[in-house]
Amino acid sequence: MVVKVHGPPYSSSTRTVLACFVEKGIDFEIVPVDMLKGEQKKPEFLALQPFGKVPVIQDGDLTLFESRAIIRYYAEKYAGQGTSLLGKTLEERALVEQWLEVEGQNYNPHGYHLLMQLVYATKLGMPQDEALIDKSAELLGKVLDVYEERLSKSKYLAGDFYSLADLSHLPFAELIVNATDKGYLIRERKHVNAWWEDISSRPAWKKVMAMAI
Amino acid sequence: MAPVKVHGHPLSGATATVIACLHEKQVEYEFVSVDLSSGAHKQPSFLALNPFGQVPAVQDGDLVLFESRAIIKYLAKKYEGQGPDLLGSTLAEQALVEQWSQVEGQSFNSPCSAILFQIIFVPRRGGQTDEAVVASSVEKLNKVLDVYEEKLSKSKYLAGDFFSLADLQHPVYIHYLVNACGKGELISCRKHVSAWWEDISSRPGWKKVTEMMKP
Repeated sequence: MVVKVHGPPYSSSTRTVLACFVEKGIDFEIVPVDMLKGEQKKPEFLALQPFGKVPVIQDGDLTLFESRAIIRYYAEKYAGQGTSLLGKTLEERALVEQWLEVEGQNYNPHGYHLLMQLVYATKLGMPQDEALIDKSAELLGKVLDVYEERLSKSKYLAGDFYSLADLSHLPFAELIVNATDKGYLIRERKHVNAWWEDISSRPAWKKVMAMAI
Repeated sequence: MAPVKVHGHPLSGATATVIACLHEKQVEYEFVSVDLSSGAHKQPSFLALNPFGQVPAVQDGDLVLFESRAIIKYLAKKYEGQGPDLLGSTLAEQALVEQWSQVEGQSFNSPCSAILFQIIFVPRRGGQTDEAVVASSVEKLNKVLDVYEEKLSKSKYLAGDFFSLADLQHPVYIHYLVNACGKGELISCRKHVSAWWEDISSRPGWKKVTEMMKP
């Protein structure tokens, strides 16, 4: 049975899920959601995801939303196949969880503002908020200073092994580096940049980006 | 075996969430108070525990952990054999716990914290509550709570008919919303959210946390 992923392939949180599926060798089918037409606010979609956000997956009887919950479930369920993404011990798993929370609580909010302003505002016909852009870049910079220190001591965020914690950073970093003028935030930090080069050249990530429209 | 050390602050929501989990799982712990008002959380000795300078941070033997949602997950897993099961008993149940745990972290927490910050903390620092921020945060929180109301009309707790980490992540924030911000009607106007709040706030583990929070 093929897992159905409801979401547009250009959505960052959908890409997080797709990256995990490709790493784990899980078969899936993308069911596009036309967000520009507001499909995510229609009753049929809200029946799957009541907050009207993408992505949401359907796998047999299971309907699941929140990308970080989806990737944890599949990394656990398919622990025995594909790339190991959760570490090997309880302690390693705890560090994966910690850095996944850091991504969700410290990296994501500032990244979100930057991308909404710099990539999507003009597409949606909204004026850009320069003050918000500057503040978000400053705050993201401070977060990345901590990452720089961490990555000077270990190859990946949770330790010397690639995990969900690194994977969840890919979609926003890809846009920040390649679709905005704020790429320096990553490029000018030696260890963050080396980490970015490493994780973005993984075949699974390249495959996900090739699916993007 | 040395007890778990929690470096935190009695008025910090994230600290209270970790303490609630320790009580639920009947885990002995030692509380080390971090004096936020004097900037202790930005000093090198604390930054060595959490480089983001945020409470809480937890030490369990050689392991140092921060981020309350990661900490409670670790504790619930490590102490699986004691106290109530907070994770879910099948992979699918565990996934739903994760889902609603993320909902708290990604949708509930931000507008709720904004309300708490404006009404409780800003005046304490001599500033003025920004009513526009409060109003827009209340609007966002109302939308989230509408979804909770619908969900809780179908199951007793967020992830199903069992109390889990997803529910445990909420009490401290609702406590402040209702008791310190005058926003109780956000809860009381919703029949199922109200019943759920009554239930989760009467748990002995939560009552112990409120004792810690008293000045």
